[in-house]
Amino acid sequence: MNELKVKILELLKEDARLPAERIAVMLDVPEEQVKQAIREMEADKVIVKYATVVNWSRVDEEKVTALIEVQITPERGRGFDAIAERIYLHPEVKSVYLMSGAYDLLVEVEGRNLKEVAAFVSGKLSPIDRVLSTKTHFILKKYKQDGIIFEDRQDDRRMAVTP
Amino acid sequence: MSYRTDVSARPKRRSMQDYVASAVRSIPPSGIRRFFDLVASSKDIISLGVGEPDFVTPWHIRDAAVVSLERGWTTYTPNAGLPELREAIAEYLYREFECLYDPAKEIIVTVGGSEAIDLALRALVEPGDEVLIPEPCYVAYHPLTVLGGGVPVGVETTADDRFKLRPEKLEAAITPRSKILLMCYPSNPTGGIMTYEDLLPIARIAQQYDLIVVSDEIYAELTYGRRHVSIASLPGMKDRTILVSGFSKAFSMTGWRMGYACGHPDLIAAMLKIHQYAVMCAPTMSQIAALDALKHGMEEKARMVESYNQRRRLFIRGLREIGLECHEPEGAFYAFPSIRKTGMTSEEFCQRLLTEARVAAVPGHVFGRGGEGFIRCSYARSVEELTEALERMGKFLESCKMM
Repeated sequence: MNELKVKILELLKEDARLPAERIAVMLDVPEEQVKQAIREMEADKVIVKYATVVNWSRVDEEKVTALIEVQITPERGRGFDAIAERIYLHPEVKSVYLMSGAYDLLVEVEGRNLKEVAAFVSGKLSPIDRVLSTKTHFILKKYKQDGIIFEDRQDDRRMAVTP
Repeated sequence: MSYRTDVSARPKRRSMQDYVASAVRSIPPSGIRRFFDLVASSKDIISLGVGEPDFVTPWHIRDAAVVSLERGWTTYTPNAGLPELREAIAEYLYREFECLYDPAKEIIVTVGGSEAIDLALRALVEPGDEVLIPEPCYVAYHPLTVLGGGVPVGVETTADDRFKLRPEKLEAAITPRSKILLMCYPSNPTGGIMTYEDLLPIARIAQQYDLIVVSDEIYAELTYGRRHVSIASLPGMKDRTILVSGFSKAFSMTGWRMGYACGHPDLIAAMLKIHQYAVMCAPTMSQIAALDALKHGMEEKARMVESYNQRRRLFIRGLREIGLECHEPEGAFYAFPSIRKTGMTSEEFCQRLLTEARVAAVPGHVFGRGGEGFIRCSYARSVEELTEALERMGKFLESCKMM
């Protein structure tokens, strides 16, 4: 990937709403070139989506998230992909990673409450044929996600005016 | 004569102020300080008045200091600084700026670049010696010169020249008492730089008139588009130059107070004499951190410089869009736009900008001659804040027009 695209991605990663025109000024390249690069990255699925990072604990809505370790038997010829797909297609599932180490898949599940998540695990996840075992960990508090710290912090400790 | 009569013959001191040495009393309090109080007492301000990076010191540098503390490295270091650090500085200056110094005799580690400048002036200035200072300039140069017993002589630089020091102007200010040229490029407050071609005639004048150049290069790493050139690297200038630099700006380490000075062994020895009696040595943990910055900090440094450059382009474009004329600053992290067309003094402009638009900038006149009619804006702020500040400034300028 060329240097311009990487720089654009770094800026968009910080602020997905940064207009192409401003990116062009910041990187000192023509605006059309920035737009073209973004279009290409969208087409190539390098840029997958412009989503919002939400701190749900600030929202008056019940929501629990669990990380579930899943051990599975891989399928002949298709490895883990087919089972991963069967799992990630469920709307409750927010992310699925294939892991090295003691278990195979790490599944992030969201629900309105503990009961709902438990019902998903016992009713939908565990019964899948090749799932050998599951271990469910509920998230109590999110401190940082995708490099973004959720706590209120006063990081700029500079004095307002200095020589 | 008895001791008793001796004392009674002394003039009576009426207030505690009378005990303060006259040289100190003669120095006006920093103009920036007054403005600071004003800003500190206001709310919801976006301050473009900050003269330091907006990055926290990179983690690995902080960690190096923490580890050194855990290990109990809390003693003094040699007066001139840790030998490993001086070696690393020598290697770095040669690699980056082609300045070759002997770490054993030609480098001293100081408490910030500020101490290095103070040491240089105190070590070289005799009462009445004149110190030539291109203006607008950093606020400490004049007071430090006066405290050293010298006489500051301003040399004007102008926006038309992008605030470069021009040989005609320098030469016109030279008298038989001129001894030192104290300059800072890339410049705080203007963001101006001096290229090799700009420096050549200055070096020639320094040699012709036997001047020592105290070159404050604290912003050397923050240049955009071209690499900084040190006057010390010009032919015949090494022995005539005291190069002052440090870690504050390039590595985002202002609070660590880590600077250094490089120059002829005799001059460095003289500075070391003052340094060893005044402060012994720079703080040990800061020196360890600085060493780590030089060993492992280049990638982070490059990332920060790129980020300043992006914001510089954004901010300068924005200033021009709202109608403030601004020369292209090629270094540091300051813009120095002209506000002359508003008809206000820079003090008045900044005061109203603060109260009416809730944006703080530093009035140019505090940086000396040639600063009136300009304001210093630091773009070491987030893109969102800069955008918001520009919007507020734009509205403010519109409202000024209507009156």
